[in-house]
Amino acid sequence: MRIDIDTYHELLETLLRNKTRSFLTGFGVFWGVFMLVALIGGGAGLKEMLSNNFEGFATNAAMIWEQQTTKPYHGFRKGRMWSLTTVDVERLRAQVPQLDVVSPIASKWGVQAVNGDHKYNCSVKGQLPEYARVEAPTMYYGRFLNEMDIAQQRKVCVLGKRVYKTLFPQGGDPCGQLVRLDSAYYSVVGVNYAGGNMNINGSADESVVVPLSLMQRAFNMGEDIDLIAITARKGTAISDITPRIREVVARAHDIDPTDEKAVMVFNTEVLFGLMDSLFEGVDLLIWLVGIGTLLAGAIGVSNIMMVTVKERTTEIGIRRAIGATPRVILSQIISESILLTAVAGMSGILFAVFVLQMLELGFTEDGIVKSHFQVSFWTAIASAALLALLGVLAGLAPAARAMSIKPVDAMREE
Amino acid sequence: MHVLKGIDLDIQEGELVSIMGASGSGKSTLLNILGILDDYDEGEYTLDGTLIKNLSETRAAEYRNRMIGFIFQSFNLIGFKTAVENVELPLFYQGVSRRKRHQMAMDELEKMGLKDWATHYPNEMSGGQRQRVAIARALVTRPQIILADEPTGALDSKTGIEVMDLLKRLNHDEHITMIIVTHDPGVAAQTNRVIHIKDGVIEE
Repeated sequence: MRIDIDTYHELLETLLRNKTRSFLTGFGVFWGVFMLVALIGGGAGLKEMLSNNFEGFATNAAMIWEQQTTKPYHGFRKGRMWSLTTVDVERLRAQVPQLDVVSPIASKWGVQAVNGDHKYNCSVKGQLPEYARVEAPTMYYGRFLNEMDIAQQRKVCVLGKRVYKTLFPQGGDPCGQLVRLDSAYYSVVGVNYAGGNMNINGSADESVVVPLSLMQRAFNMGEDIDLIAITARKGTAISDITPRIREVVARAHDIDPTDEKAVMVFNTEVLFGLMDSLFEGVDLLIWLVGIGTLLAGAIGVSNIMMVTVKERTTEIGIRRAIGATPRVILSQIISESILLTAVAGMSGILFAVFVLQMLELGFTEDGIVKSHFQVSFWTAIASAALLALLGVLAGLAPAARAMSIKPVDAMREE
Repeated sequence: MHVLKGIDLDIQEGELVSIMGASGSGKSTLLNILGILDDYDEGEYTLDGTLIKNLSETRAAEYRNRMIGFIFQSFNLIGFKTAVENVELPLFYQGVSRRKRHQMAMDELEKMGLKDWATHYPNEMSGGQRQRVAIARALVTRPQIILADEPTGALDSKTGIEVMDLLKRLNHDEHITMIIVTHDPGVAAQTNRVIHIKDGVIEE
């Protein structure tokens, strides 16, 4: 087939001759592509949003905390209250070599943080510098705790994002300023913007972190701690060493080593696994719905083209009589189908990209994109390629019908 | 089913021949075979020295395009194309360049006296004008033969005579071979030779 201006002219003309029909048919494809691209982007954004909750959190970590015993042991009755102590940390380090980080946390709720006349009711957490390896902080100002803070028992603190915003509403770097926690003053060394929603005795947002030993002394806690955060070395699954961990802690406190309630070991691995399988399901759904809608649109195009071909039997017959080869007819019908799907589909991609961009802007805070909804350039290209393919496929059946029209038919059909 | 039962026909270059017969006599089948619109089982059909038999669709289309010009009873112009675009169409399929085919089509329309109607659509023209556009379309590729199927069938008698005069003049002036299928004795009488066909057999 000769490709010149008239070829395109003719294509456009046939599609524009029935504008409403072309538009409605195209809308099916438009909506299909829009659904597919928007769902892909939306799914990815949602996934990121959910993953943000666990942001910076080590995937092979676990939390150990104390609860009432549920089994009698060593002459003790069940229902006894006990407490983790700093010594348990040493025990774990010494007796469970598969552990990488063993970091104790002490916490206290309802502490009033005060800066001038700004007040915030926060939770105070006593931590060690190595805790950063369990839940990575995002330092907006200053630094996290360091070894010198611990060694010299410095009265320093790291503010969570919301605490900082309440105490320092005018903004700016608060490092070096003094903040009062209940009855003592602490010097601010950093602001942690970590957005994670993992709630370890109060979310990072709403807590103030101070050195553990200082906290134990300031709040009169003795050797007691509330939580031990652990991570396993590479190649070790937490679930494999959980019984050993429980045994080590339980033996020192006269607790039945099989009492899973008393020594809670909460494994984040399970959580991450759950989320992964959830998103596998969501992804499958997205592709199913997206591709399904797109296919329905393409079938619509094919259907309408069938009707068009039927309507144009005489015209096609005339063309054949005056010398159009079957290939010319074939390429004409398929080109029409491709053009229709392509124009409608590209608009669909554009619209989806626009909507996703709006979503992304909506989820941007302080210039930091919280969640990326926008699809990648290559996803868009792949959708465009898929469209072209669908266009050809949609045109095949109508084209086959058009090719079967004999020139003689044109003269009979009057 | 055998419709034609033995046709032995020789048409010379430059002849103006009419084929007459009642409906069902096989004249349409004969025209379809002559026009390479239909294939045949036995015998031979040679057009300008070329044996036409068992052609592929593509070859048939090519021969139709280059060697045969069709004129139909119902004109068979494409309704959404202007007169000049209709005339250009066979050239488009030949791959003639845009500018050249437009020029050739305009020349042909001018010969038909339709230069001023070039940009009009078929439904804006009278039957006679439409048939002249169709004749221009048939002639634009300089075919060996013109096959006309009841060319005056849809026209009133006055226009019918005009169209016949035009066809006769083309035959006389440009020595174009013409085969006209008709059941109108008046039309047949104007041709050089009348072939009567009945029940698939020629009776001259």
